[in-house]
This record gives sequence, structure tokens and C-alpha cells, in this order.
Amino acid sequence: MPKDTSIQSILVIGSGPIVIGQAAEFDYAGTQACIALKEEGYRVILLNNNPATVMTDPVFADAVYFEPMTVESVEKIIIKEKPDGLLATLGGQAGLNMAFQLNEHGIIEKYGLKVLGTSIESIKQGEDRDAFRSLMHELNEPVPESVIVHSVPEALKFAKETGYPVIVRPAYTLGGTGGGIASTEEELESLVGGGLNESPIHQCLIEKSIAGFKEVEYEMMRDSNGTCIAICNMENFDPVGIHTGDSIVVAPSQTLTDREYQMLRSAAVKIISALGIVGGCNIQFALDPNSKNYYLIEVNPRVSRSSALASKATGYPIARMAAKVAVGYLLSELKNPVTGNTFASYEPALDYVVVKIPKWPFDKFPGIERTLGTQMKATGEAMGIDRNFERALLKAVRSLDIGLSDLHAAGMGKKSTDELIALMEKQSDERLFVVTELLRRGVDKNFIHEKTKIDHFFLSKLAGLVKLEHEIASCTAGNVTVENLAYFKEKGFSDRHLAYAWGIPESEVRTLRKKYGVRPSYKMVDTCAAEFDSVSNYFYSTYYGENEAPKTNKRKILIIGSGPIRIGQGVEFDYCSVHGVLALKEEKIETIMINNNPETVSTDFALSDRLYFEPLCLEEILDVIDTEGIEEVIVQLGGQTALNVAEGLEQYGLKLLGTSSEMIDLFEDRDKFYSLLDDLGIPRVKGVTASNRNELIEGISAIGYPVLLRPSYVIGGQGMDIIGNGSELSSYLSEKEVSFPVLVDQFLTANEAEIDLAADGEHIIVPAIMEHVEKTGVHSGDSLSVIPAQTLSQDVQKKIIDYASKIIKYTKYKGLMNIQYIVSGKEVYILEINPRSSRTMPIVSKVTGVPLVNKATKILLGKYNLSKDELPATQETYVCLKYPVFSNFALRGLDIKTGPQMMSTGEGISVGATLEEALKKYYSSLSAKNAKNLIVYTTAAPELIQEAASMGIEMVPFRGELNELDDSAGVYSSGGTEQDIVLRQWAIRRRKLVFSQEETLKAFLLASQESKWNVKPMGEWLNEKIKGVTLQ
Amino acid sequence: MDGYLHLSEGVSYKGIWAGKVPEAEVKGEIVFFTGMSGYQEVLTDPSYKDQIVVFTYPLIGNYGINKADAESLKPHPAAVIVYEAERDGFHYESDISLTAYLENWGVPVLTHVDTRTVVKKIREHGSMPAVLSAREDSQTNFMLHRDLKVGKVSSEETETHGKGDHHIVLFDFGFKKSILDGLLQKGCKVTVVPYKSSFEYIQSLQPDGVLLSNGPGDPKDLEKQLPQIKKVIEHFPTLGICLGHQLAALALGGDTKKMLFGHRGANQPVHDQETGKVFMSSQNHSYVVDEDSLERAGLSARFINCNDGSVEGLSHLHLPLVTVQFHPEAHPGPGDSEFIFDEFIKLVQTTKRRVVNYA
Repeated sequence: MPKDTSIQSILVIGSGPIVIGQAAEFDYAGTQACIALKEEGYRVILLNNNPATVMTDPVFADAVYFEPMTVESVEKIIIKEKPDGLLATLGGQAGLNMAFQLNEHGIIEKYGLKVLGTSIESIKQGEDRDAFRSLMHELNEPVPESVIVHSVPEALKFAKETGYPVIVRPAYTLGGTGGGIASTEEELESLVGGGLNESPIHQCLIEKSIAGFKEVEYEMMRDSNGTCIAICNMENFDPVGIHTGDSIVVAPSQTLTDREYQMLRSAAVKIISALGIVGGCNIQFALDPNSKNYYLIEVNPRVSRSSALASKATGYPIARMAAKVAVGYLLSELKNPVTGNTFASYEPALDYVVVKIPKWPFDKFPGIERTLGTQMKATGEAMGIDRNFERALLKAVRSLDIGLSDLHAAGMGKKSTDELIALMEKQSDERLFVVTELLRRGVDKNFIHEKTKIDHFFLSKLAGLVKLEHEIASCTAGNVTVENLAYFKEKGFSDRHLAYAWGIPESEVRTLRKKYGVRPSYKMVDTCAAEFDSVSNYFYSTYYGENEAPKTNKRKILIIGSGPIRIGQGVEFDYCSVHGVLALKEEKIETIMINNNPETVSTDFALSDRLYFEPLCLEEILDVIDTEGIEEVIVQLGGQTALNVAEGLEQYGLKLLGTSSEMIDLFEDRDKFYSLLDDLGIPRVKGVTASNRNELIEGISAIGYPVLLRPSYVIGGQGMDIIGNGSELSSYLSEKEVSFPVLVDQFLTANEAEIDLAADGEHIIVPAIMEHVEKTGVHSGDSLSVIPAQTLSQDVQKKIIDYASKIIKYTKYKGLMNIQYIVSGKEVYILEINPRSSRTMPIVSKVTGVPLVNKATKILLGKYNLSKDELPATQETYVCLKYPVFSNFALRGLDIKTGPQMMSTGEGISVGATLEEALKKYYSSLSAKNAKNLIVYTTAAPELIQEAASMGIEMVPFRGELNELDDSAGVYSSGGTEQDIVLRQWAIRRRKLVFSQEETLKAFLLASQESKWNVKPMGEWLNEKIKGVTLQ
Repeated sequence: MDGYLHLSEGVSYKGIWAGKVPEAEVKGEIVFFTGMSGYQEVLTDPSYKDQIVVFTYPLIGNYGINKADAESLKPHPAAVIVYEAERDGFHYESDISLTAYLENWGVPVLTHVDTRTVVKKIREHGSMPAVLSAREDSQTNFMLHRDLKVGKVSSEETETHGKGDHHIVLFDFGFKKSILDGLLQKGCKVTVVPYKSSFEYIQSLQPDGVLLSNGPGDPKDLEKQLPQIKKVIEHFPTLGICLGHQLAALALGGDTKKMLFGHRGANQPVHDQETGKVFMSSQNHSYVVDEDSLERAGLSARFINCNDGSVEGLSHLHLPLVTVQFHPEAHPGPGDSEFIFDEFIKLVQTTKRRVVNYA
């Protein structure tokens, strides 16, 4: 069937701000979908309020709406745009839920929208536990014994009959939110109570636990003619019991016989055919390790996190094909873009192994609960590819950017075996390392298998690695044979591991390797195991066999990506990397991308001229550089991860475009930075570096309380603390393991502002000044911020620009930069300079229409110069509000009171004609159902309460009784008392608004004054602005 | 111990023997299989008789060798080439490890070979004679001794399996056990007959239908049998699978030709001209029915390979014949085309009814 010509325009629903369970993978899917639809000539109308994404860039859609992801908002857009079709299966669970809600509200029918791809009925049948279970019974497909409940007593009754443990799965939630395993009545009560509340249809599934079974997933595609294929199957290293998003996942499955593989595949085909899926679908099974019994765990009738992984693992662009299939194409009519000469109705054959490891936020928040279960906790993931399992695993581990160069996690060696065994049984994120350490100590594999149910295959591979560790330790750099060195490398041991074992610098291992000719080859990911000639430009390294990477002699530039998504380094940096690539391509320069995050657009092999899927460690980066003959590298775009290798690259003789390591050091070494500011006469806060306890105490007494303490070189404010007085200091010193040197800064209670700029060494482009709503002390990533600045005087704004200009002129800096300021009355201080892309660059670029990354990249190339400074417009016709989005619901034990350490996982924006309208849009998307204009507080000034009352918001004190608060809209709790924490935790669980800063609450009060708001695509706001300028 | 793979194209690849070093050089036609699981089914499929099989998936042997998944009683390839061969079997059904199993049967395994590069060579130059040797410089000539491989794998005696309403003769050119299982599951009584059986002999068994099985080698090697096969097709509802499909085409006057490197894997997409659907199929063949020869044989191509447009299955203008180049019995590979058995049974039923009506 050719494409659907009954429709001309399509409304695409994106997935919104990044939260745990819904991350960059939907930007990748959405971007592919938008490109695929535009190619077909459709008008693409996109709703996604996540500005950090690639898909919301003007080139990917005809109209981009940064509007609330609510039914009300979508209806407004429909009225304005009159789309013919709706595509919601590429926007994750958010998109799916939106389609479902639109249907419930009769919007789809009312406006005659054609739902593209999988129908609403099918979505319902896949998502509604009851409907799904009865379909499975009809098909004779086994589902675990379970019951649908709408109340706690029903759940207790079921568990009493089947016995504990049981699994609680709330319906229609994301990343298993609110679910978990209950082993006792108390646990069940609390889980079901929370779960029912999480579920938009107030429904939970209580399921008999099948923990310990093998967990196997299939990524399927089906077209409207019923052609159904399995793109990829995946096996979890961790058996059933840990959310697949929190599991180490291997593709293809390793321990299933063909009979088992095909049995599950056939079941998948049968199920998704019965559901009538049109597009992508993810299906998860639990397989008994000792029989052919299996259970169906879950069906996701949409493109998912796993489909992004499957796309990168196989090379098959699932989202792109899903979009084409949604508009009527059959798989057999679509070309496989990897081979270029076979069709999309084809199941990829892999000739390598893929290992994915989740990236968890526990390195940032070591205090929170690390146990893994049915609630996903990872913020991102990294993937390793190789011809053998061991190196694929080690590549993935080293890609996590947690300082590991092997399977030795910090602290494991010091623990007793008993402690390790206890830790192993706890099923935490560290289990891989715990198991390896136990194997190192000679603990029996069978024992470990008994306790963890991890398959013997995987344990045997880990044991093999441990054996090799011993072999490595038993030789030296002087006596290792060429064959052994080659073998150690083939099995994944990093140069750094070898260097450590042999007591030599890492660079010497490299020299030794070169001397012996031990260097990696690069193999192609081609979807077909080399059966067909392919045009793919997607490569991974391996230490055995022929090199397939092409040799070219064009000018080429390497862009270093940003690795797995983590708090503080999110999809924004992928946006920047992608735009760097696009700018280079405009200049006809060959682009080489290196990255390891399977979720992103930057690892879409269709983007750059060549993609190397590798750890972002100096070793692998240099290997790619050697193979390609690269001389120029851009490190500015990939966030801190890329900056961290700058020095090593320079030492290797590479030219870093724009940012030298010396320059990085100038801004990041606090002493150098402060003397730079002093030299230029730019005000700064008082600060010292303390290299020990005494210096810390002395420093504080010189500066005076309050002070801000932080370790040097961090992102996202990790380990930052504000110390207000002597007693706080003593508890800081006694409770924390302080790692010196510590930076001690005067803490000013004032306002914050920041800018993003592009510079050519002389002039600057500053598209906007952003003003933070909250006062200093709240991390910029967690604060509300506004473009343009609302309260800063002309004089202050001028200072902000002048200081930036001074820095650029003095340092002759080229490229992208982010500067953060403290504004105290008329005084402006520079707080921090980041000589790289930043979290806010995509926002600034999109809401001002100034493509900062594109311009900066061209400056770095020497292709573009600024003739004058390009400064923010003096008057804007609209206001953009950036707001943080938190995932604390997933991270038990993480308090949501904002402070110097960043906690939010994503961000959104809203744009309005006034600040009030922008605020109104923001809060309209958050407000809980059935909530009254009621805010519960712990402590609040009488003036604030009065102010609220005058605006129609009633503030009532918290009396310790949580169940009285159900109809409140949110809580205001800025303290640190037990009661504050209890209240905030409750609010997180109930998805209530939480205000932990007075300014945030005041912004809410302001929003409540606005009653109406309208939708408008970003392009239209920008057009009005341009018109405004020409009129003057 | 190091071992070497020498291709007739003049290139050699180094590897490591998994077990005992073979006493003599091992010669055979080199082919590759792209499925990611199913090595046991491949090894025990008689169609691989005397071939050197390269597995493109790098980790082979993970789940060992079991009793349930064998397609015949022994492994048939002349040798096996992999990147990694697992020495343990990690599966509850595993009876013996892959390496031990092949060593017991004297099938050499060369591991640690850059199989991807070998595959690219085969893709470029076609399946070709190859030699496995302990010597780095092999001076052997690559001429392969031409023999009738079907004769080595076909059963020598007639054997009957199961009970059922439909009696099917399984014409054995080296059948896979899953074909027999497939028929038994559909409630058939199956009589397996040797490849040399005459039409008269088969007729004497009074079957309701005949299945021409898969098997190794060039279908033209069985030229002498073609007249018998032709009569069988003319008298009984017939299903031809793989070699059986090619033999049916030849018997009716069609032609077959050798492919560059054939199809071997679990993901060959086949387009059913009747339904417009595409399904994945399991395949293993070097020869293909020539589309240009179909008309004169009264045949038409019902199934077409999506990748290269080659003939994947036939129907006849008026004879009750279904033939498929792929393996509807799967094992290894997907069971998407299991419906072929149902179609065959239906064919058997309708023919039977017609015969009854005539009578």
C-alpha cells in the first residue's frame, strides 16, 4: 500500500521533559519520525515542551509548539492547525497516554483526526491490564497469575491466596512508576496505595512474582498488511525482578536455544498481530530457566526505550520505519537504509554482541536507596559493541563515565566477603561489581547463581575475566608476549587497567601496543552479518581481524559526544553535538562522531559521515583518531565528558578547535579563574581553596558565613553545600568524607542570571540574558528561569554583557561559552564560566532564533567571523519560562528541596505574551486532578500567607496528618526539619506541587492570576519579533 | 594449536583448533550461516553434508547440544568455523558441549577466525572449495571430488512413523527430523522411503500425498530419479521442500542453477504473491529454480525472495503441487511458514475427496 494521501498534515506528540523512564530515546524516535514524515511531504506539527531536544528544532517540523502536554493544550493546537492525522506512538508513554486521553475526551472524534499507526483500541487493549489479560487468555498465551485491583483490600486478598512476594504494577504509568515487589502485607498496602494514585485510571495489577526467570524482550514491527518481523531480541543479564531499564541487557539473546528463541518470537508475532499493532512494539517475556514455560510480562504498543537500543544494536531504524508504516507504507515497500539494497521487511542478523548498562544517579546521591526493583531508577544508558561478550561488557562499563577502567568498583576490595554476599543479595546497581569481586575471591559460581539466578553463561564469562586479571597481574610490561597482549586487549582490558597492573603510565601501554602492532580494527554494523554489501557508516572497534573503516583524505573533524544521560548532563549536550555535526556538514567537512549512548540522535548513523560507537575514554578516542588520521577535534559540544579528555588529546598532538586545555584550566582552576577576574576588574565573590581541614576553617573565618563549599571540577553541583554557621560546619566535617581540595566561597543571597554566547575571539553573540526566579543557592539547573530578564536594570544587563565581552577579548576565546552571574542590587559578580556548550543553549537558540551552536562551530572552523557584537533585543514580544522537571518519584529517599546540587532530570519551557501567561502554562500542566486552591505549608511568613489569600490561594498549616491533604494543590515547605521532609516526600508520591523556595511559590501565585492562555508555535513568536524589529 | 583455512580464491586465514588437530587436511565447499541461534539444527541438517560451515554469529555453543533439537543422528559438515566456540553448555537441556560433541564425531572446529572477513570473501566470490589444514602454506589442489551426497544421507530402509488419517510418503533425500515431526503433528502417518525408490514402489504404499524432502548437493546429481519423481507428482498431492522443490521443478521440465553463495540463515524474507504478506523463513540452499524455465514446466512462482527476487516456491497450473525453497518446518529459524504444512494437508484432503467423488 502506498502512502496515505487522505491526510496532509500530522500532529506529532513528543514525550515532553526528560524523566526517569522516558529520556533521550524519544528524541531520537521523534526526530526520525519527523524527518520521515517531512520526506513524504506532510506538514508536521509538533507538540513537545522539551526544548533540549533535537526534534523541536525548526528544521524538523513545520510548526513547533512548546506548549503544555495536556488535553486542553492539544485541543487548542488542533483548533489552530486543523491537522488531519495524529501520531502519538513515537512519544513514549507520555504520547500514548495523551492519545488515550484525547480519545476519552472525544477530541479525536470531534475534530475528525485520523490516528496513525496503532489504533486507540489496540493501545487500550495493550495497556489496559484487564483487556490485555483476557486477550491473552483467548490466544492461550500465559500471563502470570494476577488480579486487577482498584483498592488495597482486593490486593491483600489476592496475596493471601497466592502467597508473597507479589509484584504491583500500576496501569498506564511510566517506567514502572509506583510499582514494586511486596514481600509483606505492610509493603503491599503502601505500594498499592501509592500505585492506585499513580495510575491515571486508578488501577493496579497484582501479580504473582516470577523473579528469577530469564527476562527476554523482542522488538517487533508490523505493517497494516500483517507483515510482522522481529528486529531484535534481547536477554537481560539480570533475571526477572529488576526493571528492564535498570537491567544489564545483552543483544541478541545468549542462552536461549533456537527452539526457545523461535517459541517466544512466534508468541510475539501472534500477540502483536492479535492486538493489531501498526508500527513498532516491544514485548517482554519471562522464560523459566529449567523448562519451556514462559510468561508474558508486558507489551508496549509503541516505540520504546528498548527500540532505541534495538535500533542502535542492529542498525535497523525502527522509529523511522514505524513512522512510514503509520502513514500507510508496507514494510516490503521500504528500503533498508543500512544496506541500501534490501527491504525493510527483514530481520537483522548480528555478527557481534551488544551490552547495555544503565547509568544510575547514585554517584551523585550516594545516600539514596540503591536497591533495584520494578521501579526504574536509571537516568540513561551506555552501550558497548564487540565481537565477544567480555569486551562489549567492559566497553559499556567504561562508557558509564564513573571513573571505572575495569570491573573494579571503588570500595569493593575493602569489603569482607560476607559484606559482599549481603550486598549481592540486595540487588543493587553495584551487583555486577560485587559478583566479580566475589569471583575474584574464589567464591563458587554455583553459590552466586543460587543467590542471584544470573545465568551460568554470564557468570562464566565474568569468571573468565577474573582469570585474565590474574594473568595480567602475573606478567609485566617487559615480559608480556605479543600474543598475550593482543589477547588481553581482545577481551576488553583497557590500557589503563594494564598500566595499573604493570605500574607504568597509560601512555606507555599505548606505546607498547604500537610497537607490537596491537591495535584495534573497526567492523561495520550492517544489519545482515556481511551477507550483503552495505553502505553503512556505523563502526565499532575490535581487536581481531580485518579493518573495515574506510580511508579518506578529506579534511575531517572529530566531535566527541556526551555519553550516557545523567543528571546535569542531559540530552541538551546531544542537541549541541548534533548541531555541530550539521554545521560541519554544511561546510562540506567530513564529520566523525564518537559516542556510546544508544538513546540519542547523535548515534543515529545517518547523521555524521562516520559513527564510532565507543567508550569516551582517551584510549578509544585516540584509536579512532589514529585510524581515521584525524587532526582536529571539537570538545566543546559534548559537555564535561568531552572536556575531560581535552588535555590528553593535546598531549597527543591534536588540535582542539576553540578550547585548549589551558583555557579550560583557566576557567576551571579556581585560583587562576579568580585572578583572571581580578585582572579584568570583574567583581567576584570572595573565595579560597582549602587543601586541608585547617585551611578550610581559616578560609571560612576570613570570608565569613555563609559559605558555599564544593569540590573542584564538577558538573551539576555535585557535593556542594551551603554552610551557614559554625555548628553546620562541624557537622559537615564530622558527617562527610571531605575530599580536599575544597573550594570555599562567600555565599551571597542575591539573584542569579546567566548567558550563553558564541565568540570569535573578539566579538560575541549573546542572544539573551536569562534571569533566575529563585535566589542564589538553587542550582541553575533546578531553578525557574526567564528570557528575557524581567527585573534586571539596563545597567545590570550592560554589566553582564560587558564582563562577558572583556573575558572574550582578553582570552581570545572562540566558540561556545556559558557564564553565570550573581546580581545583588546594582552589583554584578561572575560566578562561573563554562567554556563549552551548556544545558541552556538549545533553549536560547530556539526561543531567540539564533543558532548558537551552528555559528560557533563555523567560527571554530575559521569559516565565520563576527564583525560586531550581536546582543539581546532590548524588547522582546514574548517571555519564555524554563522550568525544571524532577524524577524524585523514582528515587526513594531523595528529598526534593532545591539547593546547590542539581536534582532535576529534565526541563521544559513555556512561552507566553507575558510572564504570567508563561507561568500559567507551566502550572496548568502540573496541577493535580481535583485539587483545590489550597497549599499546605510547614512554615510561612504571615505576609506570604496574606499575599496568597489575596490571590485566592488558601494556605493552611501542616498538622502532621497526611491524609487530610488529599485535595491540596501542593505544599510549601522550605525547611529541613523532619516534618518538612515527610511532607515533601508525601507530595512527591502524590504528584503534588512542591515549593521549597519562596520565589517559586510566588511565581505560582502570579500564575494563578492569569485565567486565559493561548497556544502559538515558536516560529510565529519569532516572526512577530522580526516584524517588530523591522517596524522600528 | 594454530590451524589455517585456505580458500580456493588464494587467501588464507589463521585460527585455532578447538580440539584435536585433524590428521589430514579437510576439504569441502565453504558456506556461511547467518542465524544467531540454531547451530545444533544446522550441524545435524543432512543438507550440510560435507560442507565447511562458517557461523557468522561470533559466539557459538552457548547452550550446548541437547537431545531434543537434533535434525538427524549426527553432525554432517566436514568442518566448522567460528570466532568463539563455547566449551561448556549453559542450558538445562544441554547433554554435551558443542566442542566435545563435534570432537566425538570427528568434525574439526577452527575457532578464532575473523569469520566476518571470510564471509565477505564468500559473498564476493561465491561459495567455493576450501581446505582446513594445520599448515600455513597449503599446496593442495582445491578440486572437490564430485559425489552423490544424497546417497550418503538418505535412509536405506523404509520406515513408518505414527498413525493418522492421512498417509504421507516422505521421499528421503536427507530429510530433517522436523519435517517428519511437522507431519506427525498434523496427524499424519508417515512412511519414509529411500531416495532411490521407484514410483511403483511408492504407489504400492498407497499414500495420500508425497513430500519430497530437503537434502544436500546439486539437484541435477539426481537426474536418474527425475522420471520417478515426475510420476509421483503427477499422481499424488506433493509438497517439495528445498531440494525437493528443486527436484520437482526439474522433473516437470524446469531448470535449476547455482547461486553465488546461496541463502543460509533464519531471516530470509519471502513474499507470498497470493496474500501480499512477507514472512521470515529459514533457508539453506546453493541452487535455485530458474524463473525463466517455469512456464514450459507448467509452473508459476508463488513465493519470491524479497532481497534478490529469486524463486522461493511454486505452484502448478493443474497438479496438486506446492513447493518451497525455504523450510516451513523451521528448526533452525522462525516458524512463520508453518502454514505450508496446513496447505499441503488441505491439498491432500481435497484430492482425496475428489478421488472419492470419482469413485
